Amino acid sequence: MTNHWIDLKNSDCILIMGSNAAANHPISMKWVTRAKEKGGKVISVDPRFTQTSAVADFYTALRSGTDIAFLGGMINYILENEKFFKDYVTNYTNATFLVTDKYKFDDGLFAGYDPEKRAYDKSLWAFQKDEKGIPKRDPEMKDPLCVMQILKKHYSRYTPEKVSEITGTPVEDLKKVYEMYSATGQKDKVGTIMYAMGWTQHTVGVQNIRTMSIIQLLLGNVGMAGGGVNALRGESNVQGSTDQAILFHIWPGYLKMPLASQATLEEYLKQSTPTSADPLSANWWQNYPKYAVSMLKAFFGDKATAENGFGYNWLPKLDVGQNCSWLNLFDAMYDGKIKGFFAWGQNPACSGANSNKVRHALAKLDWLVNVNLFENETGSFWKGPGMDPKKIKTEVFMLPCAASFEKEGSITNSGRWAQWRYKAVNPPGDAKPDGDILYELMVKIKDLYKKEGGKNPEAILNLKWDYDTKGHFDPHKVAKELNGYFLKDVEVAGQKFKKGELVPSFAFLQADGSTSSGNWLHCSSYTEKGNMMARRKSDQSGIGLNPEWAWCWPVNRRILYNRASVDLEGKPWDADRAVIKWVDGKWVGDVPDGPWPPMSDKEKTKYPFIMRPDGVAQIFGSGLNDGPLPEHYEPLECPVPKNLMSSQFINPTIKVFKGEMDKHFTCDPRFPIVGTTYRVTEHWQTGLMTRWQPWLVEAEPQLFVEMSKELAKMRGIENGEKVKVSSARGDVEAVAIVTTRFRPFKLGQLTVHQVGLPWCFGWIQPKDGGDSANLLTPTVGDPNTMIPESKAFMVNVEKIKGGA
Amino acid sequence: MSGYSILVDTSKCTACRGCQVACKQWNQLPGTVTKNTGSYENPVDLSADTYKTVRFSEGESGNGQPYWFFFTEQCRHCLSPGCMGSAEDDEIVQDEKTGAVVFTDKTKKLKIDTVRSDCPYDIPRQNPKTKVMQKCTMCNDRLNNGMMPACVKSCPTGAMTFGERDKILDACKKRVAELKKTFPQAQAINPDDVRVIYIVKDDPKKYWKFAAGR
Repeated sequence: MTNHWIDLKNSDCILIMGSNAAANHPISMKWVTRAKEKGGKVISVDPRFTQTSAVADFYTALRSGTDIAFLGGMINYILENEKFFKDYVTNYTNATFLVTDKYKFDDGLFAGYDPEKRAYDKSLWAFQKDEKGIPKRDPEMKDPLCVMQILKKHYSRYTPEKVSEITGTPVEDLKKVYEMYSATGQKDKVGTIMYAMGWTQHTVGVQNIRTMSIIQLLLGNVGMAGGGVNALRGESNVQGSTDQAILFHIWPGYLKMPLASQATLEEYLKQSTPTSADPLSANWWQNYPKYAVSMLKAFFGDKATAENGFGYNWLPKLDVGQNCSWLNLFDAMYDGKIKGFFAWGQNPACSGANSNKVRHALAKLDWLVNVNLFENETGSFWKGPGMDPKKIKTEVFMLPCAASFEKEGSITNSGRWAQWRYKAVNPPGDAKPDGDILYELMVKIKDLYKKEGGKNPEAILNLKWDYDTKGHFDPHKVAKELNGYFLKDVEVAGQKFKKGELVPSFAFLQADGSTSSGNWLHCSSYTEKGNMMARRKSDQSGIGLNPEWAWCWPVNRRILYNRASVDLEGKPWDADRAVIKWVDGKWVGDVPDGPWPPMSDKEKTKYPFIMRPDGVAQIFGSGLNDGPLPEHYEPLECPVPKNLMSSQFINPTIKVFKGEMDKHFTCDPRFPIVGTTYRVTEHWQTGLMTRWQPWLVEAEPQLFVEMSKELAKMRGIENGEKVKVSSARGDVEAVAIVTTRFRPFKLGQLTVHQVGLPWCFGWIQPKDGGDSANLLTPTVGDPNTMIPESKAFMVNVEKIKGGA
Repeated sequence: MSGYSILVDTSKCTACRGCQVACKQWNQLPGTVTKNTGSYENPVDLSADTYKTVRFSEGESGNGQPYWFFFTEQCRHCLSPGCMGSAEDDEIVQDEKTGAVVFTDKTKKLKIDTVRSDCPYDIPRQNPKTKVMQKCTMCNDRLNNGMMPACVKSCPTGAMTFGERDKILDACKKRVAELKKTFPQAQAINPDDVRVIYIVKDDPKKYWKFAAGR
């Protein structure tokens, strides 16, 4: 979230799309309700009329996988009707920038496409620069090569009629949504977006969000109270896990994973640190070396020296082009290339797309360590449906771990608030906090390396590993390490610090090895003033920033890009909901995005989007793998014979898996129905924790599949009857919920049906509860993130013969 | 004595069922074995193990759009409780301070068919083993210890609120007037007769067959 949960209450218009917040983020509706009480409007766009739709002011449906078409039509509407916030767009975005004449867009492809590699040469999407190297602009936004004109041309193709034929949304409904939402383009009106996996889990997942980001920038809604782009994370600490880099492609704090081609720290830092020729650009990432070196110092302590590149070469590197994301890992596991696997706090046998493939991949392992609260479908895969235990060699170890209330530590919520939590009870039996398991594991590995040696010994033996107190994992020590220490007596920016003091903020971190910080973004979370994450001062006044409740990255800034919430004089666009304002030579309100004066001070100011090298927000973005502007492509599996926008049927940059278990079919009469997956309030993720809870199982006891009355009639299915849902990859039995809340989509002459089912069940528990809906979903991912396309695929639904 | 009231503003309810689970938790009621019957609604009826269940009701409104109404069903704690009609002694009591209507263990002496048919909302149920009748107590034990009912405490959206009856009646009037601007049929259900007052946007029967009584 650029903003935070409480801030939803400040919005005039909340678009909930790609999310069923009422069911899956129930507490968010507290703040949505507050917004409504003040006259705010709620729009729900979803293939199915949901619990969220039930409390929305306006609802309309779209076919799964067509969000870019829907939102592209909104961009067209905003531009055609001049609903955009001109002062914001010209000053705070790159709408005025000129691209080079190498940029092209033709029939669904951008310039630089290489069909062999299924990849683009992104250098063709660059901006024109002046002799100083600063991007050229046309403040009038009339030059045909300026971003605004390119945007207009690109989205003029997304007419309501065309969009309607793709999405199945009636034209009048499209216009209603566009009109309601674009009303927030006025400077004192704010709209926000709540999205979740309904947007991310597509082969165009990142571009779905980009499309909305463009809308938010055009309407001047980013940086504002009640605005922003808000991802509702799917688990209480998913934000924390990404911040701390439980991912293959980043180091903590979104630093880059080194590449094998970057042989030295110097090379790595040079290639990772952006430059800007524009004196008005803060280009905050110019501090990259300070954060990277401080992280290495946290990892390796005294062993990290300038001479050895602070241990840079002890850490693993990716081969150029290598992608170690989920789908690729399980593909490699299925091919027998991975011998051992820690399934830690996860249940891939149910959560992984194409779960059949995942379950069979587990059978190729030599060993599997299952760290979890309960027995689950992953640890017990060898005795699951269709498995013959005699033929499976995988040795499985179960390590019981503590639940959240059985350990102390921080979690970081979607709004980037790191909140400290305390232990309520001791874990049962042999269960231990994950931190203890990790701590003991590494102590043992270090010990074995000392005795027996092993590969890459420096990384293991030099790793600083002093996070225990009396042999137990100490979350305070880890939290302090993440914040960082001064490692010698120093003077920074006129302030003196002693060796061993905690660093007050990342502005004080250094690249010379004199500071440590396990994660620069967490610097200022645990300082000499104490554990900021444990603060509990509630403050519901004004816009509800609650600055002394817990702590928020970066540097306790509650609303990101807040310097875009003011005009060039530093006056809030919306005085009633001011985030910051410039008063008597300083900023008051939220922690501003940098201390510099407003933009009317042309000498000392900096542009507001400080994390971008150009200092402005990117309507035209050259960083993504699938294009500088979002374009509609059909899902890998779809019900239509062609893409109405171009002759590029699917996203031209996705990786198409071709293994024996990676089947996929488009427009195949055997699988004519669009399928999607979702969750229910009562079950958490795969249901691993909730399926053992009798009150929750009582409320949601069995896998179900929701379908329209029309489809049910066609298939002769009665409400409440058990049916079979199948895809190219697997099938499940589910109870039919025949409902008016799903309706067939009219796409021109074509009628398309859609069904949906939750993925929270598994064969272990409850009895007769059904299995995971991920047995149906395909092995294919977004070309930027590789998140699987679990939200749009093709299925069939049929009566179970002889069944009832 | 005016006692307490609960206001259930169904227009703010998202059917998260926090109240349904909170009720089981506070009253230490077991989860019953259920099946999906083609609806999210579960358990499908009240019982000695279920004092509260969220009713899900869907259909098409005049403009062809779907509606999906949620009605968190529980005892209304009537000011003049019908269920007390056949009681002779203190089988069923009304707490003077709180106004809660509470079934005691002595209800096993009463006839369930009579008590049940005396209730306009069809709430009372009997424990098949002990023959004691059971239903929502308005968390009278909590009320007498300065706490709000568990269901209200759990509600994230403010669909359920709790307080002194006079204040709840005021809030109820204001909310209905507000809702009427958008939903002409908006109404409070029997506010003068019950302590658990539901606000609905449409015909109560569309929510639950006994929402406004038999």
